[in-house]
Amino acid sequence: MRIYRRKVINGVMLFISFLTALYGLFWLFWILGTLFVNGFRYLTLDLFLQDPTPPGIEGGGLRHAFVGHIIITSLATLIGIPIGVCAGIYYAEYGRNSKFFMALKNITDIMVSTPSIIMGAVMYALMVVPFKQFNALSGILALALLMVPVISVTTYEMLDLVPHTLREAAYALGAYKWQIIKDVTLRAAKFGILTGILLGVARISGETAPLLFTSFNNAYLSFDLFKPMATLTVTVFNYIMGPYDYWHKQAWAAALFLTLLVLVLSLLAKALLYFGTLNPFKWKEKR
Amino acid sequence: MGKRGHYLEIIIKNFLGFWALFSGFLFPFIIFLILFYESRLAIKNFGIVKFLTTSTWDPVSQTFGGLTMIVGTLISTFIAVLIAAPVAIGIAIFITELAPSWLKGVITSAIELLAAIPSIIYGMWGFLILANFMRSYVEPFLQKIFSPFPLLGKLFSGPPTGIDVFTTSLVLSIMIIPFMASVVKDSFNLVPSVMKESAYSLGATKWEVIKDVVIPYTISGITGGLVLSTGRALGETMAVTFLAGNVAQIPSSLFYPFTTITVALANQFTEADTPLYLSSLFYLSLILFVLSFIILSFAKIMVLRLQKRWK
Repeated sequence: MRIYRRKVINGVMLFISFLTALYGLFWLFWILGTLFVNGFRYLTLDLFLQDPTPPGIEGGGLRHAFVGHIIITSLATLIGIPIGVCAGIYYAEYGRNSKFFMALKNITDIMVSTPSIIMGAVMYALMVVPFKQFNALSGILALALLMVPVISVTTYEMLDLVPHTLREAAYALGAYKWQIIKDVTLRAAKFGILTGILLGVARISGETAPLLFTSFNNAYLSFDLFKPMATLTVTVFNYIMGPYDYWHKQAWAAALFLTLLVLVLSLLAKALLYFGTLNPFKWKEKR
Repeated sequence: MGKRGHYLEIIIKNFLGFWALFSGFLFPFIIFLILFYESRLAIKNFGIVKFLTTSTWDPVSQTFGGLTMIVGTLISTFIAVLIAAPVAIGIAIFITELAPSWLKGVITSAIELLAAIPSIIYGMWGFLILANFMRSYVEPFLQKIFSPFPLLGKLFSGPPTGIDVFTTSLVLSIMIIPFMASVVKDSFNLVPSVMKESAYSLGATKWEVIKDVVIPYTISGITGGLVLSTGRALGETMAVTFLAGNVAQIPSSLFYPFTTITVALANQFTEADTPLYLSSLFYLSLILFVLSFIILSFAKIMVLRLQKRWK
């Protein structure tokens, strides 16, 4: 009788855990489904190529926001990548046996989850107040700093996977450490590091909070880094809060585009991670 | 080559070392310093204890206290973690112990996608879709069920508007499930299979193995996951800005609008017109930064403890 009861409890609990997995999928499909239903119809060529009309007049597009978004995220990426990768390399290659630098690595890991709006506040104090106006550059720097911890932690983890024997073989040939980093470890971990970069880009391309009071918003196409610049995320935020129906439609379309972009980047990162972690070991086996 | 290589070695090592020092030490430290410096006016005016215990936030009379926002942040985070924790542990159990290997990858990726969706998308979806659904169906239903009970009834009292603590916490919980599930899953994978097998050989069922072997062994990892997602939920901005209603009050039930630190920052930074107002907002950011840094450090320590034991 007791065994029977235990088996029933077992079945019930395992079924509940199956249900929790379904619960997670349920929300994912609800959100993605809504985005497709509401956004796909309005994902027209005009959305990408037209500037916005004056408020209240139907039509127009979000060209200014797409351009601004590309400018801000790509410049932020250009600043964030070298800093993040350099720090990650140091943690993995030089700081591995130093308690101090391992502690710094853990702090970097903590910084990955720091509220992004904090970065906006800091950049507001550093860049917006002195210039006396919102500017795109402050948004770029806020996003760049946001992606640094993501990239450096992933870079460290990927370099950590490279087998030590590879490095030792190079040492035995009399190579300098920088030569080993350049020709052995970075080469072995290149897919993994690319994963980190993609994760960093995915992280910042959906960010809104740090841009609200740094790069702010702009209804016109602008290339000036010292003036406010529109981004997709901030535009979506303003359009959803705004009163016009066609604003909502354009916001849904932009949101769908943004989500697909971020999801594709994340999936790409995951695929690369697969190759990245696979590669060094395969190499080891062949030798 | 000899001498040049040697100099290059020194240069490169120091260059890389500087950026390591920057991202692990200077970066967080500078953030702290700037926030502290910018909030000096508010700290001088309101002090620490008074700011934390005053609920007036009045730009007209220039009196600022953070209690309303801090309580709002803590309440929504607490409820979100309460909803997310059992689900995340369930998902981790399903992935590590139950799912066939082909399904493992699919479910893991799907849950990770949930983490990749930008927070503004959660916000607009919650604002335009979920809030309506909650207002029309879920919240009246909950009120009908719980109103006869004295304490629970009070928790669910109030006008069901959909823009309230309940909807906010629900959306927050969906957003943190992936982080929690991923940490818990990773720690479940650290349990030595010998330990599980010895329990099975004594005749334990799968659930008994999970309950009596896996969960006790990984308790610090599970705590780490819970605390990490608490830290994440604290700083969540866009979704909460859409759903909280931005009413500066301490909510008396789950169905009242409220505000959080992040909502106050997102809405008021651009309108702060006096130095004291702006400084108080920086003070709120400082509190948020310090709070989440402490919580996330605790999470990191818990997870490291489990990994150390495994080594």
